[in-house]
Amino acid sequence: MLEIKNLQVKLEDEDKQILKGLDLKVEAGKVHAIMGPNGSGKSTLSYVLSGRDGYEVTEGSATLEGEDILELEPEERAAAGMFLAFQYPVEIPGVGNMTFLRTAVNAQRKARGEEELSASDFLKEVRAKAKTLKIDADMLKRPVNVGFSGGEKKRNEILQMAMLEPKLCILDETDSGLDVDAMKLVAEGVNALRDENRGFLVITHYQRLLDHIKPDVVHILANGRIVKTGGPELALEVENNGYAGILAEEA
Amino acid sequence: MALPEVKQSATEARLLALTLPESGCLKAARQAALSRVQTMGLPSRRDEYWKYTKPDTLVQADAPKAAVFHADEVPMFNAFERLNIVFVDGVFDAEASDHLEIEGLTIDRIEDICCKDIHWAKDLYGVLEARGQTPVERPLAALNTAFASDGVAIRVTGKVSKPLNFTYVHSDENSDAILHHVIRVESGAEVTVLENGPAASRFNKCMEIDIADGGTMHLVRAQGRDHERRAATHLFARLGTESVFKSFTLTVNGVLTRNEAVIELTGDDAVAHIAGACVGDGDFHHDDTVFITHDAVNCESRQVFKKVLRNGATGVFQGKILVKEGAQKTDGYQISQSLLLDDDSQFLAKPELEIYADDVACSHGSTSGAIDEEGLFYLRSRGVPHAEATDLMTLAFLAEAVDEIEDAEIAADIVSRLEGWLARRR
Repeated sequence: MLEIKNLQVKLEDEDKQILKGLDLKVEAGKVHAIMGPNGSGKSTLSYVLSGRDGYEVTEGSATLEGEDILELEPEERAAAGMFLAFQYPVEIPGVGNMTFLRTAVNAQRKARGEEELSASDFLKEVRAKAKTLKIDADMLKRPVNVGFSGGEKKRNEILQMAMLEPKLCILDETDSGLDVDAMKLVAEGVNALRDENRGFLVITHYQRLLDHIKPDVVHILANGRIVKTGGPELALEVENNGYAGILAEEA
Repeated sequence: MALPEVKQSATEARLLALTLPESGCLKAARQAALSRVQTMGLPSRRDEYWKYTKPDTLVQADAPKAAVFHADEVPMFNAFERLNIVFVDGVFDAEASDHLEIEGLTIDRIEDICCKDIHWAKDLYGVLEARGQTPVERPLAALNTAFASDGVAIRVTGKVSKPLNFTYVHSDENSDAILHHVIRVESGAEVTVLENGPAASRFNKCMEIDIADGGTMHLVRAQGRDHERRAATHLFARLGTESVFKSFTLTVNGVLTRNEAVIELTGDDAVAHIAGACVGDGDFHHDDTVFITHDAVNCESRQVFKKVLRNGATGVFQGKILVKEGAQKTDGYQISQSLLLDDDSQFLAKPELEIYADDVACSHGSTSGAIDEEGLFYLRSRGVPHAEATDLMTLAFLAEAVDEIEDAEIAADIVSRLEGWLARRR
């Protein structure tokens, strides 16, 4: 599904290399977790994949089902099936959450040559999905993420993911700022979306989230590279020994 | 004091091109207004109040030519019941207008004020305009009072069931229209007035609105899409106890627009909201000049102005709240913001507060900015194409001003007009 080869990325504004030859393959139906210390390049990876400005790819490639995504605009990547759940979802005053969702769903359908969802079908679907995420009617009416609590923002990300039904979901530190109950709710939302045709890349600092979203593969990212790959037990090792232990081992 | 020579000659040139209408009982009011013009002189670039807007083309003897714009779209405010009053190049068109009779109000042309002996109108014509000349001079409004060739006098005595809809048609590329309306909203009465259309190549419009205790008036304007038209409008409103006046103005296109609003809160617990949204592309200069005087206790005033500017368009905001001695518990709010879609456009803002009471809450703010890149990326990352995402963000920026319109149907009409404008410019 997602294949990243020797990806090297630097910041556009300063001459600083963040990713230094990253290789990664996420198969359909699998959940891959990326863990790593602060500054290892985790968020950069998620932003480069989703097409945010400010990063320059100096080497390497990233393909989604064989298509080179690095050449695409952010909206084209979304239409191709990529979704990033933001670490810090953006507040957009003046744009209603519902309007935003409908615009996004229909824009993607249009880009793929599919028919737009009718207002009533859309409403039915969004209500049903919002309910399982405990998102009430008021949250749907309010401007996008404005005045939402940390938990509400993350649930709103998962709602968008559920509505857009992407092929590849990237979750960037989705656990940050969540209490235990909110984390469970978000994890349930993600787990409900797991199926054999969809791949997940879960970026996190802590093993905690991975108790709820069980990964198939765990990677350790350090200094712009994947330094170790293993099964779920690798996450536990991080929890017990910290990154320092693992990095020393690899050095 | 004698006027500077340049101003003197410009004023004389303009006055020479005009004739004082025969108007019986309004003659004194028109003569007095003419004297005010002669004393003040018409605006020139050196005037402080015209620092950001060149008045030349508004003052010169002949109206600059303006092509008539033919839009193949449904007229504004078409989707609901209303009473239509039509002016073509500044002349009342009885054929195109509805029969001007509706419960709760009377409408007469100003030329009939004298023969019908309409006392209230005679007593109001030019009065609020004259009051509005201090502390800042507004010579174009005095010029209007003196030379207005048409307009209506509306007296509202009850709750009017449907809005009055003024449609100002522009049909002659050399037209130069001066219209003057006087409106009196009696105690407890309520009315919604709509205005739309460019009116003329050059349009000087003055509206004097006197709202008695407990009266309510909503005014929503859409100033027409003709690219080359020029307009100077004045709104003078006096508010009695517990009265309400809410106005919203949409401006799309037009090479030059100066909208002045002069509001006096003279009765306790009165409420005045003045809002505006404008979108300008290229050769576009838009000026909102507002002066709100709090002269009573516990009144609320609110100014919300939003401007979207691109390709070298210019936006101006001069807004003042004056709180007089004794106007305690005043609640004044003022915000003016611009969204600059490129580096060539500019926004000039002069927010002012002048307060002589010690128990008031007044706040003001003014910002200029580009589109929020974070928000734009967020929308795009969800699959919304760049152009559509920009439009969404632009409408979101304007929303705070559009939200000032209370009637949902009218607001929807304004939003669809904005959406159309944006979509045509992708």
